[in-house]
Amino acid sequence: MTESVRLNRGSSDVAVIGGGLVGLCIALGIQKQGQQVTVYDEGDVALRASRGNFGLVWVQGKGDNLPEYARITRLSAQLWAGLADDLTQHTGIDIQLQQRGGLFVCLSESELQKRQVILEQMAIEHPEGYPYEVLDLQQLREMIPDIGPEVAGATWGPEDGHVNPLYLMRALVARFESLGGKLVNAGRVSNIIPQQGQFVLQTEQGDFSCNKVVLAAGLGNKELGPMVGIDAPVFPNRGQVLIAERVRPFLHYPTGHVRQTEEGTVQCGDSKEDVGFDTGTTTEVLAQIAQRATTMFPLLKEVNLIRSWGALRIMTPDGNPIYQQSKQYPGAYLVTCHSGVTLAAAHAGPIADWISTGSADSAIDLEKFHGSRFQL
Amino acid sequence: MAADFSFNRLPCNERAEVEITIEGHKVIALEGETVAAAVMHSGLRPTRTTAVSGTGRAPYCMMGVCFECLMNIDGKPNTQACMTEVSEGMVITVQQGAREIGGDRL
Ligand SMILES: Cc1cc2nc3c(=O)[nH]c(=O)nc-3n(C[C@H](O)[C@H](O)[C@H](O)COP(=O)(O)OP(=O)(O)OC[C@H]3O[C@@H](n4cnc5c(N)ncnc54)[C@H](O)[C@@H]3O)c2cc1C
Ligand code: FES
Repeated sequence: MTESVRLNRGSSDVAVIGGGLVGLCIALGIQKQGQQVTVYDEGDVALRASRGNFGLVWVQGKGDNLPEYARITRLSAQLWAGLADDLTQHTGIDIQLQQRGGLFVCLSESELQKRQVILEQMAIEHPEGYPYEVLDLQQLREMIPDIGPEVAGATWGPEDGHVNPLYLMRALVARFESLGGKLVNAGRVSNIIPQQGQFVLQTEQGDFSCNKVVLAAGLGNKELGPMVGIDAPVFPNRGQVLIAERVRPFLHYPTGHVRQTEEGTVQCGDSKEDVGFDTGTTTEVLAQIAQRATTMFPLLKEVNLIRSWGALRIMTPDGNPIYQQSKQYPGAYLVTCHSGVTLAAAHAGPIADWISTGSADSAIDLEKFHGSRFQL
Repeated sequence: MAADFSFNRLPCNERAEVEITIEGHKVIALEGETVAAAVMHSGLRPTRTTAVSGTGRAPYCMMGVCFECLMNIDGKPNTQACMTEVSEGMVITVQQGAREIGGDRL
């Protein structure tokens, strides 16, 4: 096969590098606009936050250091029901979205006060309104009778919810492919070469060309970004997760540390560890997670644990997303965030539209998410 | 509950008899047997129903890895029957769907 034939076969309007939640959502959104999208993914060797996360569609407290981030988070939460309906209707996969509100349970008065201060400040920064409530133990018990006696209280966010992240991945792939989108496991993209307004992607399985390229490679973006003139200083942050057996429903709302899935499984987690690219688990951290979970819900002392894992978040220095088109090579975009579940609907909607049309929704100020903010 | 004669005890060293109760029926098992073996021999099927769809299951791997054998043993829900030895007076019931937690309140 000659090189030019290969390039032809492997060309598309838009190439998305990275088949995690972020890449798939953007690919789906652009494919829906009628452009031919190909997703290039590493395959099963990948470090993939999308397979190890907690499944929260979480609003409260997000963006406390950047109002635009809070805004896009809330926008995504509002668009989520539409995304879930679309996926379920076209794929038959129930991704178990529930948005009845969520609780951040605090074990001490000082923890509760700190949360309250953050949310009060956010309400000031958002004249359009920023809904939340602070609940004492009594009020909390009315919502969750099984809450533990040592809990101080909780903050309540009416826009919070959760979803099954693995069904979500499956549904996104199915919907994307049913619209004619292509998913290619060609190994790592090792190089991106800008060439006369186009881009050539070099992979283990040869070269592929495209008119636009979207870097949605999670932790891989750090290496890929500079190839198209974008700085993406992302780094890993590990979270460990503990899974208990299925039990009868006792927890009607997700919390920041414990949630119960529709099938009854109890998921506990939310450690934040700086351990490089290590996806392992440690007894010490799992014990802390279990300790917090059983203090929140003493009835969990009885349950059997069945699984645990570690996964790496994709963090930026200020914790906020990067959305950026390359100045040097227009047509190259980079997208990364540490809450890809929550932002899924924004990515499949307004962010995908921004990339496919070249102009951003006036409701979101994308300038604020530029990666250049990290340059000294 | 008719005994299942596709499961026969092999002749072996003399072992003491142990009386257990499976779904309200008194059954004689042999010391050292697992609950799963005794339950299979007793003919009880299914031995649990699943938490999601409620379909029936029975012991499968008999060596602790598949978790198909979960039963309520002496009041303890979701216990692996293949990893539990019978003992005198043991009470065994089918695990119906997801287990209860939280005692009386639920
Ligand atoms: C423990 C934990 C809990 C979390 N909980 C939540 C939560 O409750 N709510 C929430 O909103 N978010 C949560 N997150 C974050 C969320 O999971 C991530 O934001 C999201 O999955 C990121 O998706 P992604 O597609 O950017 O990255 P990934 O899922 O990491 O995918 C990146 C993909 O890029 C591919 N790739 C990388 N480099 C290359 C290359 N050079 N060539 C080709 N392909 C490449 C990889 O193969 C991989 O598939 C959690 C994360 C963790 C770790
Ligand atoms: S039969 Fe497989 S674990 Fe008991």
